[in-house]
Amino acid sequence: MSVAGPVGSAPAALGRAGAPSRGRGRGVRRWTVDRISLFVVFLGLPLALFLVFVIWPFLQAAFYSLTDWTGLEANYNLIGVGNFVKEFQDQNFTIALRNNLIFALVIPIVTIVIALAFASLITIGGPSRGPMRGIAGSSFYRVVSFFPYVIPAIVIGLIWAQIFDPSSGLLNQALIGLGLPYQAFAWLGEPAVTRWCLMFVVVWGFVGFYMVLFIAGIKGVPAETYEAARIDGCGRFRMATRVTLPLIVENVQTAYIYLGITALDLFVYTQALTPNGGPENTTLVIPQLILRYAFLQGQAGYASAMGVTMAVVTLGYAGLVFLLFRLIRRALGSER
Amino acid sequence: MSAVADGRRRVAKGDAAPAVMSHVVMAIWSLIVVVPFLWTVLSSFKTTREIFASPLSLPAEWQFSNYVTAWDDSGIGAAFLNTVLVVGSALVIVMILGAMCAYILARFQFIGRRFIYYLMLAGLTFPIFLAIVPLFFVLRNIGLLGQLPGLTITYVAFALPFTVFFLYSFFQTLPEEIAEAARVDGASEWRTFFQVMLPMARPGMASVAIFNFLGLWNQFVLPVALNNADPNNRLLSQVMARFASQAGYAVDFGALFAAVVITVVPVLVVYVVFQRQLQGSVSAGTLK
Repeated sequence: MSVAGPVGSAPAALGRAGAPSRGRGRGVRRWTVDRISLFVVFLGLPLALFLVFVIWPFLQAAFYSLTDWTGLEANYNLIGVGNFVKEFQDQNFTIALRNNLIFALVIPIVTIVIALAFASLITIGGPSRGPMRGIAGSSFYRVVSFFPYVIPAIVIGLIWAQIFDPSSGLLNQALIGLGLPYQAFAWLGEPAVTRWCLMFVVVWGFVGFYMVLFIAGIKGVPAETYEAARIDGCGRFRMATRVTLPLIVENVQTAYIYLGITALDLFVYTQALTPNGGPENTTLVIPQLILRYAFLQGQAGYASAMGVTMAVVTLGYAGLVFLLFRLIRRALGSER
Repeated sequence: MSAVADGRRRVAKGDAAPAVMSHVVMAIWSLIVVVPFLWTVLSSFKTTREIFASPLSLPAEWQFSNYVTAWDDSGIGAAFLNTVLVVGSALVIVMILGAMCAYILARFQFIGRRFIYYLMLAGLTFPIFLAIVPLFFVLRNIGLLGQLPGLTITYVAFALPFTVFFLYSFFQTLPEEIAEAARVDGASEWRTFFQVMLPMARPGMASVAIFNFLGLWNQFVLPVALNNADPNNRLLSQVMARFASQAGYAVDFGALFAAVVITVVPVLVVYVVFQRQLQGSVSAGTLK
């Protein structure tokens, strides 16, 4: 995962994640000193850094997951898949895994539906006569909605933690102002609602970004397509679901995968909102456990196994989404 | 009333409902986005007592002292400078190394090129917290754990795949004729890169740099897990995390809100200045 974050890197990288096309290389050329030094520095330096600080730790994590290494001493024993067996007997782990999976099911779909709705309103919600255009002031809405994306997630979490505060929080105060009995409702202390508050915050943070992404996708659709649909008597809602959606299904897939990857993490948000796992561990997530086991409880091997498990879950999730969207595309293809 | 005017009015009426609804929905969402920030700014000028007694009112007296407290006592000042230092140097290094690596991968044929490409893809896909435990020990072994240079190198390494991917496609689109011309004129490979190809890649570099800046400025897991040795080395995200984990009454809430504002301002400035370009980059990233 790039430091630029799943979202920052997402659309750009995934769009061209396929095999590298043939370089515009100059074919076979003589290996001059100039050329060799270029390769050594230009390729060797970044690659060395990348191997030592990214790839090597990944490989090590895979190895340590098979050991009982504490992280405190140098020695360890190979224990095979013992850590992985232990994971599924560990209630903390199963609860956290279930939480992460719930987040990965809910957050992407909610974010995408809202972002798509907003993108449609903004791009094709305008007058039904004249050239296709969005509602007036659409660039204002775009700029405002996108704004949370640039705010550090920990800060977003902190702000919302204050808003959810039972006594001094903006939310309860506003509800009281409306005459509702929310004097001391602990949004982040009630098992039934905390999880939803957390998900709301994440969705709040990402809707604007994906809205902009989808707007870009919609703008890429030739105007004639929409005009033809309009002449055929297509209304705005049908336009969004029957014309727009099939045409930007690639963007939706990208969004789905990266939101899913984000939801399978959520470490930052939980650290800000519910650092101890939330009421009855309803917001406990795997990364919290990994850091807890690795650095506080001296179970580095076990923590590595959790990391490996999550990597597998993440890849599996991405694979499933790819499969799902292939089916969707096929269905759409036969429909048209 | 003429038929034309009548027709126009009917159309306008038919359009009014969706337009109004769109505006209502988007206006509500804009409020949901903006109000939390306004409330934060407002609260940053209040005393802790005021924040609890009257959370919605304007401050009785504007407490600029919160900002002083946050900057000095909470360590925001030092953390701010540390963050600028780490993010700034990591950004410069990763842009240079990323551009060089992408250039080689995009414009030269050699054995192992495809392998390196997929390795980068793996680095982009695998979750960062899988690497975090071994990374801790890698850094400790080379004596850079909890040191700002160690954190900087780690930032560079993890930002590298994204940078390379984005610039890879950019370098591929640059015309070969110009590189060829430079070579014919006798420019070395090095000069061709620095004086011909790199300047041409400037638009791509700008987009990636903005994304990298935001990603690195907002980075959380790496500093929280790897940078605990020396309190003087803390970054902004760490100070924020400490605020979050402190117990209720120990927190100076005025300072907390001030700290939030101080953290947001640099990204806000970058956002406002580069807003158009940023949204353009999002589009460019998807449409290619």
